[in-house]
Amino acid sequence: MAFTLTAENKKKVEELLKRYPVKKAALLPILWVVQDQEGYISKEAMQVVAAIVEVTPAHVYEVVTFYTMYRQTPPPKYHIQVCRNISCWLRGSNDILAHLKKRLGIEMGQSTKDGKFSLSTVECLAACGTAPSMQINKDYYENLSIERIDQILEELK
Amino acid sequence: MEAVVMSTQGVKEAHLLEVAETTGIYSRLRTALAMKPEQITEEVKKSALRGRGGAGFPCGVKWGFVPKNSDKPVYLLINADEGEPGTFKDRWILNYNPHLMIEGIIISCFALKSNTCYIYIRGEFFREKEVVDQAIAAATAKGYLGENILGSGFSCHVYTHPGAGAYICGEETALIESLEGKKGQPRIKPPFPAVVGVFGCPTIVNNVETIASVPYIIEKGANAFQKLGTEKSGGPKMWSISGHVNKPGVYEVPMGLSMMEFINKYAGGVWKGRQIKAIIPGGSSCPILTADEARDVTMDYECIATAGSMLGSGGMIVMDDRTDMVEALQVLADFYHHESCGQCTPCREGSGWIKKILHRINDGRGTRNDLDMLLQISDNMQGRTICVFADALAMPVRSFVNKFRSEFEAKIKS
Repeated sequence: MAFTLTAENKKKVEELLKRYPVKKAALLPILWVVQDQEGYISKEAMQVVAAIVEVTPAHVYEVVTFYTMYRQTPPPKYHIQVCRNISCWLRGSNDILAHLKKRLGIEMGQSTKDGKFSLSTVECLAACGTAPSMQINKDYYENLSIERIDQILEELK
Repeated sequence: MEAVVMSTQGVKEAHLLEVAETTGIYSRLRTALAMKPEQITEEVKKSALRGRGGAGFPCGVKWGFVPKNSDKPVYLLINADEGEPGTFKDRWILNYNPHLMIEGIIISCFALKSNTCYIYIRGEFFREKEVVDQAIAAATAKGYLGENILGSGFSCHVYTHPGAGAYICGEETALIESLEGKKGQPRIKPPFPAVVGVFGCPTIVNNVETIASVPYIIEKGANAFQKLGTEKSGGPKMWSISGHVNKPGVYEVPMGLSMMEFINKYAGGVWKGRQIKAIIPGGSSCPILTADEARDVTMDYECIATAGSMLGSGGMIVMDDRTDMVEALQVLADFYHHESCGQCTPCREGSGWIKKILHRINDGRGTRNDLDMLLQISDNMQGRTICVFADALAMPVRSFVNKFRSEFEAKIKS
């Protein structure tokens, strides 16, 4: 399917390009504009972006695959990412993960059948003082407990 | 102690410009813009302010490396790619004191004769980026940013730049590569960024906390700042403390405070009435200290180095006496293996082997040779790669295995 930026996002991209002396430097921010619009970055979108910043599609692909936050598949409604790093681990992130798996009936890296939730681990979110913590889409959830998880899942229904 | 970087603590809505101004933020701008740029660099040198991102390099000295008569533009990059496990102080500044950082940026750009600054913010910080973008817009509308700031003739433009989930981009040359629209793989030094940095131009990369310290130095003077620290490490330091303590969080304390006093008084002591087993003083890449080793340590670059570890980014992680040290190290190895950029063989392969071996020891499938192999791999990693990422895994591995060897052996025997 052909990919086009919305008029509003075209304007955003124009503004981003003005910030840098070379077009290529706007690549990461432009990929974020694409992902915000589509939910993920398709091969077609990569070609459009490559033309905008004047690099090869292969270069864009290389960048998309290097950075873990760029998606190449449509996102679930809620992407739950639980921090598994040291400070969260010390304060029970394993219990949080086990509970989420049980509640959602899925394993790490899987999505629920209705496409609503997917579950993965994430490296340190810089929220160690409020561990255990997780990120759902763009928001942080901190000071987690089993009860709090249940409450959050209810709110997201 | 007078707050320096956490000056807005307890102030509601300090991310708003009009609130920030009531706390004195932006009042140092006129003073700075009336000074000579070289004078500011000299003050920062005298203040003994060291880089707060982890390396601890003297800030003013770094600024002095920018070539004097270059016809190329100079860039200031702010490293807000906070991701060192155990560190969450910059996130506090971005959320609760963004205008202090911006004031520091303007003053620092003036000192560096730079007109452009990019703030590289880690991708996960969506909300923090929104706060900073709004703060930049407000400061621009007020005339603190943009063309001819406060009629001084000096212009400064600041932009945020989002990362996308790569720990390595906190390394300054990887950050530069990433900003240029590439994979974040570190560059060989020299040339150092101060000479050849972003877009081939002289570039200074400073941590958020470092830059947020600059307005205080301008207002109160280098000596006043230095006195809040030790002779070689000026100023206070923001510490992130996490793990098994009653009051984890961010605290700004004078350099040189006793570590035990900090843990017991500020962080409320060890949770559940337990004892300390070990402390990682400065973020996950620093060698671990046993409770005994940490007993008399003071929190400054020199003393922590004497004790055999590093101050790093000030991300202190406390572990109680029930912590499984084998599993703790395995958690760290998983992280480093995941985040190795893959450029240098010793790091890419070494981190994979270390992870594999730790998993098998932890699962009860370890062999007697495994501990020596872990140490040998660490030796083959440290100092043999383009950046210090490999060292950042080798150091914890070596210190965990050497200091808690019996725990590893117990898992191998059983």
